[in-house]
Amino acid sequence: MPANRFNGFTDYGVGIGLRAPHYHHILTKKPAVDWFEIISENFMIDGGRPLHILDQILEQYRVVQHGVSMYFGSAEKPNREHLRRLKELVKRTKTPWLSDHLCWGSVDGRYTHDLLPMPYTFEAARITAQKVREVRDFLETPVVVENVSSYAEFHVSEMTEWEFLNEVVERADCGILLDVNNIYVSSKNHSFDPFTYVNSVPADRVAQIHIAGHSKFKKYILDTHDHPVIDPVWKLYERAIERVGHTATLLEWDDSIPSFQEVHDEALKANKFLASASLATAV
Amino acid sequence: MSLLNIQRRMARAVMTPLTPAERMRATAPDGRSLRKVAADIIKPNDRLTSFERLEIYNRQYWFRVLSAFAEDFPGLRAVLGERKFDAAAKAYINDCPSTSFTLRNLGSKLEAWLRKNPKWAGSRQELALDMVRLEWADIDAFDGKAEPALKSEDLAGADPETLRLQLQPYIHLLDLHYPVDDLLLEVKKDDEDTDFASNAFNERHKQKRVRAVAQLKPSTIFLAVHRVDDSVYFRRLEREEFLILKELRAGKTLSRAVDSALRKSSIAPDDRPAQIQNWFQTWSTLGWFCRTGMPGKK
Repeated sequence: MPANRFNGFTDYGVGIGLRAPHYHHILTKKPAVDWFEIISENFMIDGGRPLHILDQILEQYRVVQHGVSMYFGSAEKPNREHLRRLKELVKRTKTPWLSDHLCWGSVDGRYTHDLLPMPYTFEAARITAQKVREVRDFLETPVVVENVSSYAEFHVSEMTEWEFLNEVVERADCGILLDVNNIYVSSKNHSFDPFTYVNSVPADRVAQIHIAGHSKFKKYILDTHDHPVIDPVWKLYERAIERVGHTATLLEWDDSIPSFQEVHDEALKANKFLASASLATAV
Repeated sequence: MSLLNIQRRMARAVMTPLTPAERMRATAPDGRSLRKVAADIIKPNDRLTSFERLEIYNRQYWFRVLSAFAEDFPGLRAVLGERKFDAAAKAYINDCPSTSFTLRNLGSKLEAWLRKNPKWAGSRQELALDMVRLEWADIDAFDGKAEPALKSEDLAGADPETLRLQLQPYIHLLDLHYPVDDLLLEVKKDDEDTDFASNAFNERHKQKRVRAVAQLKPSTIFLAVHRVDDSVYFRRLEREEFLILKELRAGKTLSRAVDSALRKSSIAPDDRPAQIQNWFQTWSTLGWFCRTGMPGKK
């Protein structure tokens, strides 16, 4: 499944997140990278260096936008100023699809700047799906939702996380950014089988996959994006690729960021699994 | 419980200040029991209570916003000292939580808040306020909007009596009581130097910074915070130069801006034409005027 309507019928391979410590290396060495993912909010500005850097990157690379504050699951309406700026950026990057998280983070106009977990209720699924549709219609770009890591569950939940994800994407008719590290983190924090989650996701809606590292504490795991990907997460990735086929894959590394080469090398490990998927499709 | 109700209760708990030991409070300052809030909405598991699970988010929130705030205001930190800065940061964020999708705007209300709550500005309030104004200007000038720059041919045949020049939106004009530009540059340089340094080295730099703040004497300065090739610069201005730019930004015609700025000037009348020409030459070279708003220009 190299391309589908949720990723704009593209066939992207392995990419990495575009991060400030790597700007100089990328612009001077021009390394071969299939695509970069940018954090939309870092570029939803009026001018200056970030936009000039982005324009230089866009001249040479394919870029996909990833957001962190649309908060599809917030009960309040989308912020119009946010949408306006996001649309301006979409026009600039020509991103083939755009992702943000299946979570909430603001209420009554106040922002926590965190990816807070959803109560898995039918009411929440309906509100979230409606918002995804509104955002997609406004931006006129495929919108995909990403499962988040979580550290808490709600009494009111009426279904599992993967059932909730399926409920939202079916109602919104949108794609999924499947973060296998987040599935692993949440499975440890909430004691479920991560393979059940991966096996339950509608394969035909997966537009992109995220891989990342995390930090283990005594009683829980925190999604910190500051380590290499661990073997159990690669195993989940392998299973996801078996199910969904060759899919655009992105390594997230946001803290204690090592050299460009180290990050890129870690990301390229995904090619081993993608190659198997391509081979299976060919056979 | 509705989605909105859950989100309101959880957000209030998450944004409640931590204890001095950086843990979640059992009871919020307004009397709410956070243990009850947690028990009402969050399930416990075999390792963590409801309270402990909610606490993860409460701590993450404060660590994130305080870290972003500290990154934006290293100069204020130098002026207030670590402890007072941390206390002020917590009080500010508690009173003025983020209302923007981006943390870039977190400090946008800091100057107004400090004026209203001077007890957080330390013993040298003017200095703290000057530093906050400069640091916010620095943030805003970095990614503020730039319009196409005015070219000399755009001014052909323009009448100073009616000509209104517009300054680039990213430029900030500041009149300050202390030379905080020098201090901020020193603080930033120190931060770069100490990124990978030993504790002893860092301690020496900290003491040097404390001395630099203590020795800073009042001295009125006029400053333009602007951009050249995407880097932010602080440019000292003459008083009259500053006033002309302020008047132009306020929408005055060129002629009225110059007249008003030079009304109480100590510059000898004979020297004024050359001086003004020199300033305009510099401003034009730096691209400070925009074509937007010029007759016939978009």
